[in-house]
Amino acid sequence: MKVNDLILQTVTTLLAFIIIIFSIYLFFAGHYTPGGGFIGGLMTSAALVLLLLAFDQKTMNKVFPFNFLTVAASGLLISTLTGVGSFFFDVPFLTHTFDYVELPILGETALASTLIFDLGVYLVVVGIAMTIIQTIGESE
Amino acid sequence: MSLIHLVILSPLLLAIFVPLLHKYFKSIHTGWFVLILPLVLFVYFLSYLGTSMSGNTYLSTMNWIPSMGINFSVYVDGLGLLFALLITGIGSLVVLYSIYYLSKEKEALNTFYVYLLMFMGAMLGVVLSDNLIVLYSFWELTSISSFLLISYWYHREKSRYGALKSMLITVFGGLAMLAGIILLYNMTGTFSVRETIANVDLVTGHELFVPALILFLLGAFTKSAQFPFHIWLPDAMEAPTPVSAYLHSATMVKAGIYLVARMSPVFAGAPEWFWLISVFGIITLFWGSFSAVKQTDLKSILAFSTISQLGLIMTLLGVGSAAVYYDYLSPNVYTVATLAAVFHLINHATFKGSLFMVVGIVDHETGTRDIRKLGGLMNLMPITFTLAIIGCFSMAGLPPFNGFLSKEMFFTGMLRATEIGVWNMDTLGWLFPVLAWVASIFTFIYSMVIVFKTFTGKLQPEKLDKKPHEAPMGMLIPPIVLASLVIIFGFFPNTLKGIIFPTLHSIFPGNFTVEEVDIYFWHGWTPELFMTIGVIGFGTFLYLTLAKWGKIYNWFPQRLTLNKLYDGGLVGLERGSFAFTKFYMTGYIRNYLVMIFGFMAILLAILLTRNGAFNFNLDNTTPVGVYEVVLSLIMVISAITILFTTSRLSAIIALGVVGYSMALFFVLFRAPDLALTQLIVETVSVALFLLCFYHLPDLSKEVSRLKFRLTNFIISVSVGLVVILIGLSVNSSRLFESISSYFEVASYEEAGGKNMVNVILVDFRGLDTLFEIAVLTIAAFGIFAMIKLRLADKKGEVNDEG
Repeated sequence: MKVNDLILQTVTTLLAFIIIIFSIYLFFAGHYTPGGGFIGGLMTSAALVLLLLAFDQKTMNKVFPFNFLTVAASGLLISTLTGVGSFFFDVPFLTHTFDYVELPILGETALASTLIFDLGVYLVVVGIAMTIIQTIGESE
Repeated sequence: MSLIHLVILSPLLLAIFVPLLHKYFKSIHTGWFVLILPLVLFVYFLSYLGTSMSGNTYLSTMNWIPSMGINFSVYVDGLGLLFALLITGIGSLVVLYSIYYLSKEKEALNTFYVYLLMFMGAMLGVVLSDNLIVLYSFWELTSISSFLLISYWYHREKSRYGALKSMLITVFGGLAMLAGIILLYNMTGTFSVRETIANVDLVTGHELFVPALILFLLGAFTKSAQFPFHIWLPDAMEAPTPVSAYLHSATMVKAGIYLVARMSPVFAGAPEWFWLISVFGIITLFWGSFSAVKQTDLKSILAFSTISQLGLIMTLLGVGSAAVYYDYLSPNVYTVATLAAVFHLINHATFKGSLFMVVGIVDHETGTRDIRKLGGLMNLMPITFTLAIIGCFSMAGLPPFNGFLSKEMFFTGMLRATEIGVWNMDTLGWLFPVLAWVASIFTFIYSMVIVFKTFTGKLQPEKLDKKPHEAPMGMLIPPIVLASLVIIFGFFPNTLKGIIFPTLHSIFPGNFTVEEVDIYFWHGWTPELFMTIGVIGFGTFLYLTLAKWGKIYNWFPQRLTLNKLYDGGLVGLERGSFAFTKFYMTGYIRNYLVMIFGFMAILLAILLTRNGAFNFNLDNTTPVGVYEVVLSLIMVISAITILFTTSRLSAIIALGVVGYSMALFFVLFRAPDLALTQLIVETVSVALFLLCFYHLPDLSKEVSRLKFRLTNFIISVSVGLVVILIGLSVNSSRLFESISSYFEVASYEEAGGKNMVNVILVDFRGLDTLFEIAVLTIAAFGIFAMIKLRLADKKGEVNDEG
């Protein structure tokens, strides 16, 4: 029996954006307030899971046409490369730096290299959460 | 590396080339190439005789592991030289004999000569090494090569059984000896035999003296087939006859004798040494000769005879050690025992070697070794018969052969042993000559059995596989050489003085000089002579009436033999270990968990008690608020619900409650990052649990509550208690300040972040995070692989899905 879940789908379309925006907020705010790559990543995947529940795997694949294992792997790669990058400045592995930069719209902002590392963490978490859920969901 | 090192290793080097020689010179019997080496070595060792006779020794060291004091030191003195000459001399004869004994076409000659050369090299290494570790290495190599030689016809089950038995017993003794070597090293700090003898004061009186002594004797007794370790030797008779002649009569079984003689300067003079060697020797002597009489297989008779003769030599060495107690007081009457031991050692090698070869000839030419089938070979094999007579009469101790001389000296030694005034010998000493005399009677009987049951009587051609005839000349030469030595040593025993006296000097070092004794036939009407006459008289009488009293051998219960004990022991060991393994390796995870947790709880409890770690100090604890109490109650209730609920669904939900309460605790204790993470992770894991629950198979789905098990209860309660106690005691005994104050300041000043937790995660301790995300990625890949790759399904082998 085909169920008409119009309300769910409509609400999800709206909510997913809000959740994703909140997760991006958590990710960027991590250095100053509670949050960070891990929680941000989990929150993003929560939004994706909600989409997955409301629509189906096919639609998901159409909207997000990438393999989540690749996402996890590239996240790991980014984090590792952040560490490797510190070798170019003749400092130990995974040494981070930060500075205050004047940005066009945001004004004076602290930009830390840890953000790139955290981006890696974020991508890994999104990648693995989605991989696990999709793989289990697909399996019969 | 000097020439002598090369000499010792040369058999091993030649062994490398034997297979090549075998392959490329197919028309020539490989043995001819091998024969050259022992001959050359024999001549080479003869050249040392001059040095040795003038009382000099030769020492040459090659570094092996100098940092541990393990060096390949070769030490040539009288004792080593005697054995080296035996090994190479009899080795040459045995190789010559084996050329005619083993067929070029039928047998795998390459392996045979490789093993034989390995053995020869190892044996030379044993007798010429000064370093105990090197000696031990060669010692084990003799065990291994002997194992290989016994199982030469490995397709026979009895060969494999005999090889395994000898391996187990001799390696057991070898390992005991290694332990003895290490104990000696602890006492003296050196592995060198000479230095140990020089520092003998450190050894005598040391508390480890007796253990070391016993361990060394275990090595010597197992190798030399002393009671009760003699059982491997009769089973080793499954080896080809040249091997039995070489290893199991002339050389390897004398390695234990060598060890006892070599270590005599270290241990002799102690009552333990005297008693252990003499008593085990005389028991072996008696038991060997007694058991030999009942055998029907010629090689078995010879095997038990070897056992008994080795016991004789051992007894003599034991009695001779009394000389050391008396500090070599002159005239020393006890050295004659050692003299007899060395003399009989040479004699035994000659006559036993020739007898084995004779038996090999009989076996080779008639197809059987069973004395019940043999008889009347005298006219068909006159030379073999003569050789058998010489060997057996010498073994029985009849004049004019060399066995008579050593038997007389043996009786002298035994009679003098009764005069030893110490170590309870005044009460028990009479046993020695009596047992020796009785054993000699049995020796006489089985010697006669070998000669007369095989060669006289009626020929039974229907029972023999082949038509008997005299052996080829090449097969007869080696026993002829040995038999002529029996006669030469019999008539001119003093030609051996050049070898015997340097050997005695090695056994009794120091300033002691052996009184120059001539060995001669006629001592006058001494008690020894009457004993010999008695042996011949009683022996002849008992041999003639053997059929009547032979039944006493059937009285012994078969169950109680040492072989049954050995076999039963092996089976029992196997069964026992199997049962033990089965007892604790149940294959059930729950049992292993009980063991792991029980062990952990007990170990931690013991450790905490012993270190007195239970000091609880509640001064630094924060006051408990109402929220904490409520939350704790909720958690406790949910935990108990998990334990006692009947449905799995409630258990999963209760688990979720515990998780969310935990998140609330994090909120309460001001850890927002943790609370957020905990919330989401708990949600995901509950979802996954529900997934698992949903997919449980329908058939065995059973809704029941957890069964109560007392063990599990005790274990879980004790683990919980121990962990709580550890937590409490850790909290009350904080040894130093936490480093968190550093992070509080540095996270903003140095890392530019205000969220301390996140700064620690990505900056201060970023490496941990890096590997944690690696773990997560691996988990994702693992789940992906587990679900997507169903190889078993594809092949259709295992399919439990339906």
